[in-house]
Amino acid sequence: MAKEHLKASENEAHRLSRRALLTGGAVGAGIGALLGGAGGVAGGYALAERDRANEPRFDPEAEPALTPSADREGFGGEALSCHGDHQAGIVTVPATHVRHIAYTLRPETDRAAIARMLRLLTGDIEALTAGVAPLADPEPELAERPARLTVTLGVGAELVDRVDPAKRPAWLAPLPAFTLDQLGNGFDGGDLLLIVQADDQLPVAHAARMLHRDLDRFAEVAWVQEGFRQARGAEAKGATMRNLMGQVDGTVNPAPDDADFDSLVWVDSAAGQPWLVGGSAFVLRRIRMELDTWDRVDRPGREQTIGRTLADGAALSNPHGGENAPADFDAKNALGLPIISSAAHIRRATSQDPSERIVRRAVNYDTGHEAGLLFGCYQRDPLRQFVPIQRRLDEADLLNEWVTHTGSAVFAVLPGFRSGETLGAALLA
Amino acid sequence: MFITHRTQRSRRAAVGLAGAAAAFALVLAGCSSSSAPENSAQEQSAPAAETGVTASDMWVKATAPDVQPGEAMSGVFGTLENHGDEDLVITSLKSDVAGVTELHEVVDGKMRKIEGDVTVPAGGKLQLEPGANHIMLMDIQQPLSPGDDVTITLTFSDGSTLEIVALVKDTSGANESYEDIEMDHGDMDMSEGMDMSGDADAMSHG
Repeated sequence: MAKEHLKASENEAHRLSRRALLTGGAVGAGIGALLGGAGGVAGGYALAERDRANEPRFDPEAEPALTPSADREGFGGEALSCHGDHQAGIVTVPATHVRHIAYTLRPETDRAAIARMLRLLTGDIEALTAGVAPLADPEPELAERPARLTVTLGVGAELVDRVDPAKRPAWLAPLPAFTLDQLGNGFDGGDLLLIVQADDQLPVAHAARMLHRDLDRFAEVAWVQEGFRQARGAEAKGATMRNLMGQVDGTVNPAPDDADFDSLVWVDSAAGQPWLVGGSAFVLRRIRMELDTWDRVDRPGREQTIGRTLADGAALSNPHGGENAPADFDAKNALGLPIISSAAHIRRATSQDPSERIVRRAVNYDTGHEAGLLFGCYQRDPLRQFVPIQRRLDEADLLNEWVTHTGSAVFAVLPGFRSGETLGAALLA
Repeated sequence: MFITHRTQRSRRAAVGLAGAAAAFALVLAGCSSSSAPENSAQEQSAPAAETGVTASDMWVKATAPDVQPGEAMSGVFGTLENHGDEDLVITSLKSDVAGVTELHEVVDGKMRKIEGDVTVPAGGKLQLEPGANHIMLMDIQQPLSPGDDVTITLTFSDGSTLEIVALVKDTSGANESYEDIEMDHGDMDMSEGMDMSGDADAMSHG
């Protein structure tokens, strides 16, 4: 492991020196300062880079010539690169804390202002995620330990319309109404979305504050929805999270290694919106849980509702097969009844059409007055992916007695960017 | 135009490049592009890399969006670093947005023009910070909008010049008021002039 670190550190130094060469060498002293932490480089940035290296087509050569400026050993020192084909925070390791912040553009924020806004956000995101204070940060010390901070940027219909209505995909609009929805609580829509994630709440708060300082001129906060999962280190690496009803939540999620992952998640050129190629569609649903009435349900009833065991999320058709054994929806019990109920959540959520799937990235929320799930999901086209799934659930799902959708928003998540590029540049091209 | 905008990260390198390139060009070309202060660059025999001053993390405080031409003022902040072995005095400053560009200091909470030499020490830094030394832009002709760039050109005692590209950012800090309202700019209240928060409720919501 130490050897790997050393190698990663050398690579980092190589990239830095190459960049210095390309840019005239005048930044030499700055690089010296950046590398001044010596061994610390490997402990933080390079470690996290390996995490991103699992992503398909992750290109370490495209990484920025930026590395934490000090020793970043230990929890919280890790930085995830914001650069790549796709924005960080979508398939990067799930974070402990996730803050979704939606903004409404001010009336005067026109196309030119949107371009300036994206330029500011790009610089802020590059600095913050690397553990470096963005320009004009009056509290630079708060940026020093990013704890895998990511900031993922999505744009709403109104923002795209102000740039060019012809660039708005058909799905970038409020979702069709579902009969059980109870929306209108201030958690719907939005012109711009920031998804700020980290394993520590402090860098989340600082990043949100820095981004807000720069956004304030252009937009005002529409809503904030903050969620969490079990803290990193408190559960096994790669564990599927549990929601506040106690269920293992997120099994059979498409993974980046899957052959069809790209076709499920990333917008491609066939969609006719070149500016969004490499981006994705993000749907956020606020799902309130009725924990008081859920408390009345005994354990077998709870398992029947979902179709999985509470212990480890195994399908009831094969309760000792573990979380990842496929569910057998045809399995019958001794009485000839389906083992997985006809209205069990997993049966209703499962489509026969393999293209009708989404990548879930949900987190729990608990305001003290209300608890539930911030159901975030990525896909190419919500109208063909999220909507048919939710239609089936809306129609029949045993779980509906204890959950209600109370907020709904759709955003186009911008494609990734590289060092020297600006987030959303293709939208404004 | 948008695509060619540099982001903050590359800005640091780009500024550094401008510094080195400018110094290098001056040594070779004899300062043909500058206003040729007393010390001709031709007299400098040291290699460019040893006389170069670089700028990093440069930013400018945005102005209100509705300021009238000539009314607005602002500050430029960041770090100047002298990589050479000779102290360099800043002999002149100009910018593409302001009628007057000066070096200012803040003493006892009051801002004033620095009288006398401002030196970027050999092998050392000059920090430009809110509440301390900074470059003051006065007689600004157009509002400085967040996300735009401002270019400031510094000339040093060895005849070299440094072109600084600074990103305009909003801040509600950097509100020092002038020590002496009888200075060059009449009775304008500088603290008001430096209030760049734009509309009054911009800073007040969540």
